[in-house]
Amino acid sequence: MVLDHRGSYLEEARRQLAAAFYPVQQAINAPFRASRWLSDSLASRDALLAENADLRRKSLVNDATLQRYAALQAENARLRALLDSTARVPDKVVIGEVLSVEMDRLHHRIIVNKGQRSGTRDGQALIDAQGVVGQVTRTAPDSAEALLITDPDHALPVEVVRNGLRTIAVGTGNRNRLSLPYLTRNQDVEPGDLLVTSGLGGAFPAGYPVGTVTKVDDSRGDAFRDITARPAARLDRLHEVLLVLPGTSRVAADAELAPPPGLAAAPVRGAAPPPASPASEPAPAPAAPAATPARAPVVLTPLPRRPPADAGAASEGTTAPAPPVESAPALPSPATPAAPSAPGAPGGDGATAEGAPAGGEDSAPQPGTSPAEPAPATDDPGPQDASTGQEPAG
Amino acid sequence: MMPSRWPVWLLLFAAVAIEIVPLPEGLAPFRPPWATLVLLYWALMWPGRVGIFTAFGIGLVLDVAEGSLLGQNAFVLAGLAYLVLRFHLRMRIFPLWQLTLSVFVLLFLAGFVNLWIDGIAGRASFGPGRWGPVLSATLLWPVVMGAMDRVRERLERRDRSFA
Repeated sequence: MVLDHRGSYLEEARRQLAAAFYPVQQAINAPFRASRWLSDSLASRDALLAENADLRRKSLVNDATLQRYAALQAENARLRALLDSTARVPDKVVIGEVLSVEMDRLHHRIIVNKGQRSGTRDGQALIDAQGVVGQVTRTAPDSAEALLITDPDHALPVEVVRNGLRTIAVGTGNRNRLSLPYLTRNQDVEPGDLLVTSGLGGAFPAGYPVGTVTKVDDSRGDAFRDITARPAARLDRLHEVLLVLPGTSRVAADAELAPPPGLAAAPVRGAAPPPASPASEPAPAPAAPAATPARAPVVLTPLPRRPPADAGAASEGTTAPAPPVESAPALPSPATPAAPSAPGAPGGDGATAEGAPAGGEDSAPQPGTSPAEPAPATDDPGPQDASTGQEPAG
Repeated sequence: MMPSRWPVWLLLFAAVAIEIVPLPEGLAPFRPPWATLVLLYWALMWPGRVGIFTAFGIGLVLDVAEGSLLGQNAFVLAGLAYLVLRFHLRMRIFPLWQLTLSVFVLLFLAGFVNLWIDGIAGRASFGPGRWGPVLSATLLWPVVMGAMDRVRERLERRDRSFA
């Protein structure tokens, strides 16, 4: 026990045992799967036709939304390139089936039928169609154990979509409830606010819905508010989950260190022609302050009017001062190379002009990332210690 | 000639399998520890063949199934098996209610040791899942005992006829 707790000496032994035990879990799962299959195959033709029509309609709507999504993603990547924050690369996912097997009585854990052979790794995030489900805590060759976000020992970094306020959502032990214990009375949270993963801590990719705030209670007479949220994912009836491969978002973080054109080109590739101009824009910047290539990306940030975005993030006053200090001396130098490029391409000029208000409007997700910006170094070790996401709440 | 051991192994393994069958949300915290009950019974009745090592093995399987620390259940079950072996002569002549009571005490002890281990490992959590199984297991003990008695009688009779 001590060996298991203190070190990972027994991981391999456990893995082998888990692999040996997997058929039993499958056997337990079989009747549940059979009953699902039976109810699927016994559905009447009319019901299937109706469902088919419904799905087709939904697919049409989704396709239409996706068309806009592609454009928005391109725009987002462009703006992010301008702000020099980490680009969000679409995450790769693997679909896993949740075995109908119950584990421990005290923790909310599930077993997924995708293991190391499918590329599952410890710390990987699990989502379903509605939102974040949990994270992988242990892997075996063909199965993986995951901790749900509602487990009392689980905490995950979230942000409020409406205003970018960041906090931590802690599991309660009830599958329909999360708790947000670290918000003070003066912080702006209302019932109905959508919470998404903030991506801090590195265990979860940013931007996936986590839940909706259901109750904000100030009656405790405490400095902190009593806030509960309802998980977006249907944690009590999970059948299939998506395992998000964490490698992808880390690649994005690494790409930030690479020369900006590479960064701008990668996410933009799938997009329409317009992004071509911003892609060329980062290029002149490193050329201008040739002596300080490391600071070159930072130089770009003052151009599209950062202040409004920062005003949105004013609640996080601590990090706001940092970028202006760097940008103040740097401003004059890029002004000269950037100025010729802007008039040279009116389209590009329009893009930046549009970029400023769009950035302000889009600022909800951005404050979440902008404080991380002055210290990309802190963002990088994040993914490595995946344990941050599941630190004991107490 | 003693009866063969494999039916007991089969029963124990089946008990582990039944233990991980999901129950409805409300009942989940009271999911009875079937494997522990079956193990207690056989340690009580066939102390020569089902003992501490059997308990340890089943405990390891349970650890993997439940995701607890590797060795936690094994340790606790081995301890239980030891206690039963130590007192089996006394416990066997208990009337059913007294036997049920002693099973409750044993399970309570096991729960306490589990809580202790969890506490040291920093994973102690309280909830109905902590003591619910002790309650449900105590209530189910007479049922398990009745069923296992049947099995044992049949096994012993068959063996006698072979001999």
